[in-house]
Amino acid sequence: MEAQRTKPDPTPEQRRVITGNAAAAHAVRLCRPGVIATYPITPQSEVIETLENFHVNGTLDCEMIAVEGENSAQNIVCAAATAGERVFTATSSYGLVFMYDAMLQTAGYRAPVVMVNVNREPPGIHAVCSGQQDMIATRDSGWLQVIAETGQEIMDLVIMAYRLAEDDDIQLPIMVNYDGYYLSYLAEAISIPSQQAVDDFLAPLCAQPARPALRPGTGMGAGAHGLGTGFVELRRKHLLAMERAKDKFDEVDALFAADFGRTYGGQIECYRTDDAELVLVTSGSAVGTARTVIDAQRDAGIKVGLVKLRMFRPFPRQRLAAVLHGRQAIGVLDRSVAFGWDCGPIYQEIRALTPEIGIVPLLGYIDGLANMDIPKPHIETIVTDLAAAARGESRPPVSWLVAGA
Amino acid sequence: MALVDPKTAPGAATFPTEASWSDASKDLLCLTTGSWRTEKPIVVVEKCTYCGQCYLFCPTQCITPGETYFPIDLTYCKGCGICAKECPTQAIVMVADGDEADGSPADQT
Ligand code: SF4
Ligand code: SF4
Repeated sequence: MEAQRTKPDPTPEQRRVITGNAAAAHAVRLCRPGVIATYPITPQSEVIETLENFHVNGTLDCEMIAVEGENSAQNIVCAAATAGERVFTATSSYGLVFMYDAMLQTAGYRAPVVMVNVNREPPGIHAVCSGQQDMIATRDSGWLQVIAETGQEIMDLVIMAYRLAEDDDIQLPIMVNYDGYYLSYLAEAISIPSQQAVDDFLAPLCAQPARPALRPGTGMGAGAHGLGTGFVELRRKHLLAMERAKDKFDEVDALFAADFGRTYGGQIECYRTDDAELVLVTSGSAVGTARTVIDAQRDAGIKVGLVKLRMFRPFPRQRLAAVLHGRQAIGVLDRSVAFGWDCGPIYQEIRALTPEIGIVPLLGYIDGLANMDIPKPHIETIVTDLAAAARGESRPPVSWLVAGA
Repeated sequence: MALVDPKTAPGAATFPTEASWSDASKDLLCLTTGSWRTEKPIVVVEKCTYCGQCYLFCPTQCITPGETYFPIDLTYCKGCGICAKECPTQAIVMVADGDEADGSPADQT
């Protein structure tokens, strides 16, 4: 990593009411990327528009590259990262799909690209069609994938993403996901850290051994030899780096808490799970609604807890198994589907942990597709179901919940 | 089956770094695409108008500008025939070549 740019004046910490998209843009500004290449797509466009504003008003000193599509955006940030720059791009839905081949390239080159993906259904009936299917469609691309619950978490997760992706032990691209509409467009009071605090938080990255970099006139090659067994070696190293990213994410979260006073639990956050007999697992903005319901159910004497999935790739197998083991019933709420499995993808992957968790009722719920609300009564239904299943009553393994139906 | 240790796995010595970095002055992936060929292009020099279409279209970029026509480097020509197809004056013909030549239409050329 090159020495920190010095140009923009350090800005003090402030608290402002801004959208989730604006929070992402402020976080990127504070992390001082050298190259940004992004193509607009709803509901992400506000991220790039806000960054363009920062660039024009002089608070963001970087190369802003206007591209003709997402495929070029991903190829450009991949190339810039292999040249040693800190980079950023953002997309959503079809934009993500349109850069898929380039994403595989970025991951294979171990280029630490930080990308925001504002979750939106592909195909989308209309533009702001929230749903995690876009992220799920790229789950095996070799990228790290993390999910935010609130606007503040978007801010903090983008900053943490740089610290994680560029860590010498990791060197992997990372996708920061958040729900279209619910988080992209809704505003909340958000703490914007000071420039100095973010500079300090990211400073250890500059003290690492320098990453090799492609530079004109230097005879370095990236991905330029090693077919056959060399390829196998790279694959194995990539998988091991993904495994290391789990503990590293917990570590980064703890370091962030020490610097900024906010902690999120790393790979997962456990909410009121200590003595819980029933546990609900979910992710994204639905977690906020679930917290409210869990609190009410706790007041009514029901021992139910909540696990928020913050990291989807790598999948937090060990921490999930530890927290889910020994419960009486487990529910999983998905905002997308696993084609070919008749269930949601988070449910599918937690089901794969059955040997570690033990055989207890494991109920899946598909909800909030196509920008539909996940209201409190849905979560209440899940808790009622889990309690019934724990008593030995039969419940279907997977149910679809539809708002207003 | 035990997990493969990347330090001892076959090919483990290929990359000294975590990612696919190499010293390009020594280790560049180099494929002699000429070994793939079942047909080779022959330039009929008298018919060539020096328009450069073959040079622009060749996917392996093994055609380079010469004095009066565009010579082809057969070490890398993979025999795809695109140059012959694109030449406006049919100055390039494809003829059977290589171990896999099988008497298909090109062999009768
Ligand atoms: S046959 Fe194909 S590879 Fe060979 S010179 Fe013609 S265009 Fe190039
Ligand atoms: S395309 Fe044909 S005429 Fe044109 S330069 Fe090549 S061989 Fe000559």
